[in-house]
Amino acid sequence: MSPILEIDNLSVALPRGADRALALEGVSLALEAGEILCVVGESGSGKSMTANATMRLLPVGVGVAGGAIRFEGRDLLRLPEAEMRQLRGSRIAMVFQEPMTALNPLRSIGDQIGEAFRTHTALGRAEIERRVLGHLEEVRLPDPRTAARAYPHELSGGQRQRAMIAMALALEPTVLIADEPTTALDVTTQAQILHLIRELQRKKGTAVLFITHDFGVVGEIADRVTVMQSGRVVESGSVADVLDRPQHAYTRMLLAAVPPLTAAPARAVSAEVALSIDRVSKTFVTRGSGLRRRSTRALHEVTLSLPKGATLGVVGESGSGKSTLAKCLVRLLAPDTGAIRLADVDLAQLSRREARRATARIQMVFQDPYGSLNPRRRAGELVAQGPIAHGVARPEALARAKALFALVGLDPAATDRYPHEFSGGQRQRIGLARALALEPEILVADEPVSSLDVSVQAQVLKLLAELRARLGLSMVFITHDLRVAAQICDRVAVMKDGSVVEQGLASEVFGAPRHPYTQALIEAIPRRR
Amino acid sequence: MIGFWRLYARSPAAVVGLALLLLVIGMALTAGMFFPNNPLALAGPPLLWPFQDAQLWLGTDNSGRDIAAQIFHGARISLLIGLAAMALAIAIGVILGALAGFYGGIADDILMRITEAFQTLPNFLLLLMLVAVFGSTLTTVTIAIGLVSWQAPARLTRAEFLSLRTREFVQAGRTIGLGDATLIFREILPNALPPVIVYASVVMAVAILLESALAFLNLSDPNVASWGNLIGLGRGVLRTAWYVSAIPGIAILITVLAVSLVGQGLNDALNPRLRGR
Repeated sequence: MSPILEIDNLSVALPRGADRALALEGVSLALEAGEILCVVGESGSGKSMTANATMRLLPVGVGVAGGAIRFEGRDLLRLPEAEMRQLRGSRIAMVFQEPMTALNPLRSIGDQIGEAFRTHTALGRAEIERRVLGHLEEVRLPDPRTAARAYPHELSGGQRQRAMIAMALALEPTVLIADEPTTALDVTTQAQILHLIRELQRKKGTAVLFITHDFGVVGEIADRVTVMQSGRVVESGSVADVLDRPQHAYTRMLLAAVPPLTAAPARAVSAEVALSIDRVSKTFVTRGSGLRRRSTRALHEVTLSLPKGATLGVVGESGSGKSTLAKCLVRLLAPDTGAIRLADVDLAQLSRREARRATARIQMVFQDPYGSLNPRRRAGELVAQGPIAHGVARPEALARAKALFALVGLDPAATDRYPHEFSGGQRQRIGLARALALEPEILVADEPVSSLDVSVQAQVLKLLAELRARLGLSMVFITHDLRVAAQICDRVAVMKDGSVVEQGLASEVFGAPRHPYTQALIEAIPRRR
Repeated sequence: MIGFWRLYARSPAAVVGLALLLLVIGMALTAGMFFPNNPLALAGPPLLWPFQDAQLWLGTDNSGRDIAAQIFHGARISLLIGLAAMALAIAIGVILGALAGFYGGIADDILMRITEAFQTLPNFLLLLMLVAVFGSTLTTVTIAIGLVSWQAPARLTRAEFLSLRTREFVQAGRTIGLGDATLIFREILPNALPPVIVYASVVMAVAILLESALAFLNLSDPNVASWGNLIGLGRGVLRTAWYVSAIPGIAILITVLAVSLVGQGLNDALNPRLRGR
């Protein structure tokens, strides 16, 4: 049987001045009818570019340099734009990573799904409405009638992605391209969406080109796998072949970098408490009066303690309050009630001025390596800023910044470069150096590796563990990824809706979870079944 | 810097604008060299048409003063007023906008209501009132123009601050103990400036026009050779000697066009979203 979609020796050129000449170099892959082909790779591997090239939706300045994309025997690259438009949405559909930005915020869900029918068919209004409801039911949105009238912001992330899938599958396309459709979702929601895609694909016989960076997701959903690295296909094969008997060194490296969900052997942890969080609560009240005033309970009587020299993992899904907790710890937010005791000082009770002085003792590493560094400051200055604000002379602070660069594994000569000249992993090291510059006792790390590729993730985690031992740091490690938490945490607390539902030694929580929510989280981690 | 010039030079209009602006600046700089005498001194017969006399090649006005000398010296006045009024307006606007955007809440409410109070008044009327009260010397006119032009830069700066203050790098600055002044002026402001710089060119162009409008109504400083004064003077002889108003009019047109084109060029060069187009 000939493949339904065949990419043949495709090359895509980047504009001049980009970091490499070709985004894709001789990429070939074949998608058979009714199968799910996963394209896996790290950022910059060209996996999304492959998807966009297939839809002929390449960014301005990026052009196809050679090759062919055959869909049902026709070369998509040579079709006139009008015919391509006919295909898009009706025969080849696409689901994007971030459903909030992929949906038009000013139009209702039903209206946007109906658009596909209005554009590609001559159906009447009543019939379109009936079909829209049918599709919303099919993706199992609760109460399809309400969902059809809802606007994107009124749905949750998972519901929005369901709506996107309903939209993509509205005209029963032969090929569905899904570009990281579950990356922005919580792990339990991700499990549901993966299940839904698999089920609809089986029912309708759609061929799915599934782009992902996560080998767990691959194991969960793929029939066949293509691994990409820097614009080239390095390995292709059945899911069993690639995952169990990887041939290429890069595939082996990627697979090895995926952390297992088994806690590292327990370390001896001091009995001395470095930080104790005692019944901390925080409620957000939105501005407004009367009925429009809404309050959200972000933290409810959270009690945790961090032993000296240990790492306390705080895990939970979005909205669980874990980031609010981190912000309360470094006093970016003031808790409503409760105490945060660092040795003899209650951080929650400090005035703003005192809190600013106390910042040296408890420092934070942020999630986003792009957003957390001021783009207009040199890297060395960013690191030296903290000590300067706390009274260290400028030349001395800059000299210390160089030493810190060496400590976090960066070239000390790179201190006079700007943040955009560093890679994501390197920037995260700059953020770490900035936090360490004040010689804190406690380091609060808020999702420090979540936006990094798995191979870089492993390096940064290793660095954190090394520094913890060398500098005697105690660490609060916030993450949504249980596998990451298992790698580095001595103790783990699981949060849900602002409360801690379970806490204990990492090996206990991951090995024998007691709370049903913890069990659900662990069960939802994507893996081979 | 070289990279910036390359981005800027991609637009031919921006390069033309810069060339015109350099021409006007050149006129201002060489005015004393070509026309060392007082431009408001009598130079020949009144209402001499251009290109009649090689010494007075742009002719003379109603009282026989050299128009070319007034155009060259007027370039100084127009650029001076434009720059000084723009600097004042941007300074007020950036400080108020930064405070409103950074602190939010009540500070924002108060500062923005004040801004709106100024915005609802037609700014030329306000300008007339200020000049009527404080007199029309070069200094008061410049300050008055600055005082009626800061509202838009203030709103623009506030909008930038509102979005930037929640960014992680600002939070990171807070967690390492930076004070508010450092956060506002060293962390956020450099990131908020590009659109304000672009808007500054609009403020400058409008400032030049406002001064001309005042001069046309004989409300600008009569003791300096400004283009507006010359237009105002030509008003009385518009039907017989239209060139007295037309020549400084063209000078104003060229200057405002140059400043606007440069602003547009800066916008295209500073706006990362337009790169690669």
